Amino acid sequence: MTTTATKPGGARARAAIAAKTLRTDNWRLAPLITVVGLGGWVAYATVRVFMHDFYWVEDYHYLTPFYSPCITDRCVTDAAHFGTYLPGWWVIPEASFTLPFLLLFRLTCYYYRKAYYRSFWASPPACAVPDGHKTYSGETRFPLIFQNAHRYAFYAAGIISIINTYDAIVAFRSPDGFGFGLGNVILVLNVVMLWAYTLSCHSCRHIAGGRLKHFSKHPVRYRFWTFVSKLNVRHMQLAWITLGTLALTDFYIMAVSAGWFGDLRFIN
Amino acid sequence: MGAKRHFRVWRGDETGGDLQDYQVEVNEGEVVLDIIHRLQATETPDLACRWNCKAGKCGSCSMEINGMPRLGCMTRMSTFEESETVTVTPLRTFPVIRDLVTDVNFNYQKARETPAFAPPEDLAPGEYRMQQVDVERSQEFRKCIECFLCQNVCHVVRDHEENKKAFSGPRYFIRAAELDMHPLDAKTDRKDYAQASMGLGYCNITKCCTEVCPEHITITDNAIIPMKERVVDRRYDPIVWLGRKIFRRDQLSEGDGLGMSGLPQADGHGAEHKSGVNWHREVPAPQVAPVGDDGKLPISEITFDRAGGPSPFGDDVTFPLPPEGLNYAHPDRDK
Repeated sequence: MTTTATKPGGARARAAIAAKTLRTDNWRLAPLITVVGLGGWVAYATVRVFMHDFYWVEDYHYLTPFYSPCITDRCVTDAAHFGTYLPGWWVIPEASFTLPFLLLFRLTCYYYRKAYYRSFWASPPACAVPDGHKTYSGETRFPLIFQNAHRYAFYAAGIISIINTYDAIVAFRSPDGFGFGLGNVILVLNVVMLWAYTLSCHSCRHIAGGRLKHFSKHPVRYRFWTFVSKLNVRHMQLAWITLGTLALTDFYIMAVSAGWFGDLRFIN
Repeated sequence: MGAKRHFRVWRGDETGGDLQDYQVEVNEGEVVLDIIHRLQATETPDLACRWNCKAGKCGSCSMEINGMPRLGCMTRMSTFEESETVTVTPLRTFPVIRDLVTDVNFNYQKARETPAFAPPEDLAPGEYRMQQVDVERSQEFRKCIECFLCQNVCHVVRDHEENKKAFSGPRYFIRAAELDMHPLDAKTDRKDYAQASMGLGYCNITKCCTEVCPEHITITDNAIIPMKERVVDRRYDPIVWLGRKIFRRDQLSEGDGLGMSGLPQADGHGAEHKSGVNWHREVPAPQVAPVGDDGKLPISEITFDRAGGPSPFGDDVTFPLPPEGLNYAHPDRDK
């Protein structure tokens, strides 16, 4: 018979440590910043989406990404590149075809999931800080099992990025033909960042090559995967940067459209 | 002689315990484990603590320092303020044995449940060839030192003891990813196994495992999320399923090897069945170990009728065991 240091059998007790967490650093700060940042952005976006105005700069063909593509009856004719299909009722956003998918893309994003599970759902609020809930089933059941649909949202986001790129290109106009100004720089910057965010997606990384077992048999996909992996490291930064550029683009176009200030023109 | 600093160390066992205060000398260049050793050498010779290499490579001295799971030997005292109290507690997720020592048996059970590396049947040992680029991803996960800090910090089991049965934890997700990405692993049901039997779906990718890993393995981004995506391939993505049907050239193969229960079935990987080993043949049974009435071996020669120490395997057994007495067939022998 051998003797063991541990007694066999039976569930044994964990260490009885009274404090829920013994962390001494400021662990509340990161979730707080997330709540303020995401909450503020969602509030701004909601107000803007239901404002139904100031989304289009006639002279320079600037269309804000929050209203692209513009498909309701209340759209300005020039702004509706893809036709108008929906009635102009105030609860229907002008970009009804894209906004739900963009929302889904960001909601199921592997970075945002971490951010809002921690900050809004407290599951857990920070590492080694107790979960705020009695039971936990993770993403194994309805409704959170639908987080697995991230890939479809990624496909949709890819198409929407193409539409945004189109918007940024047709904006190189002035009343006398070609021209560009600060608004164009902001629109292009926004589109570049949106592409970077969309391509750095974990699902994209998987589709590009992550799902392969033998990289050596697929050199091209391996290069794609390497490229996406480099972007993927910055997925969190890109997630925040694109929130910033989206809000900035929208605000700039709102301001120019409402006449708060004029567009700074470089050519024409 | 360094300055005295304030430490609080959890002392106790499964019946209870509490944090006790100590003033301990701290010198330049020391780590928390050094202070624990100084405590053992001075005030508390009976303080229990696991440690081995003191170099962050054995994964023994896992503990919680100021509430964060850390390796005692890799946490420098210079990272704390001079006036700061340093609180050292055992890992919370596992049952405590005594003081800073916990029973991490949970992890070994999960390790045993994880299906092992399975090379293709037609490849003999010694013939394994693979390209660096193929095996690179798996190699990151081989850095794991099994300190179980990730298993400890993961809120799925840390805050919900009842999930321990269904959830294997980050350490075994990187093991699953390592094998699923391995160029020479022929097992095709790892994704389904990870989903059905390891509880991959419980993970909500809050990334604490990555934050605490002393080897800086990007557990979440490089193992768990790719595994989740691979599960999506097989279980949640009809487009991939359709593509696989149409083109028939995908590397993912059909047949998931899972029974109705969702648990893996005996997979018949070994060639034993084909080579026809008779599993029921009689193997000479060894003598029983010469235990006394109390079921234990005699303590010494004095209380024993033979010279030398008795063997717990029976006195007629010698090592290595004679091969004809073993019920074992090498997979490649009888082909």
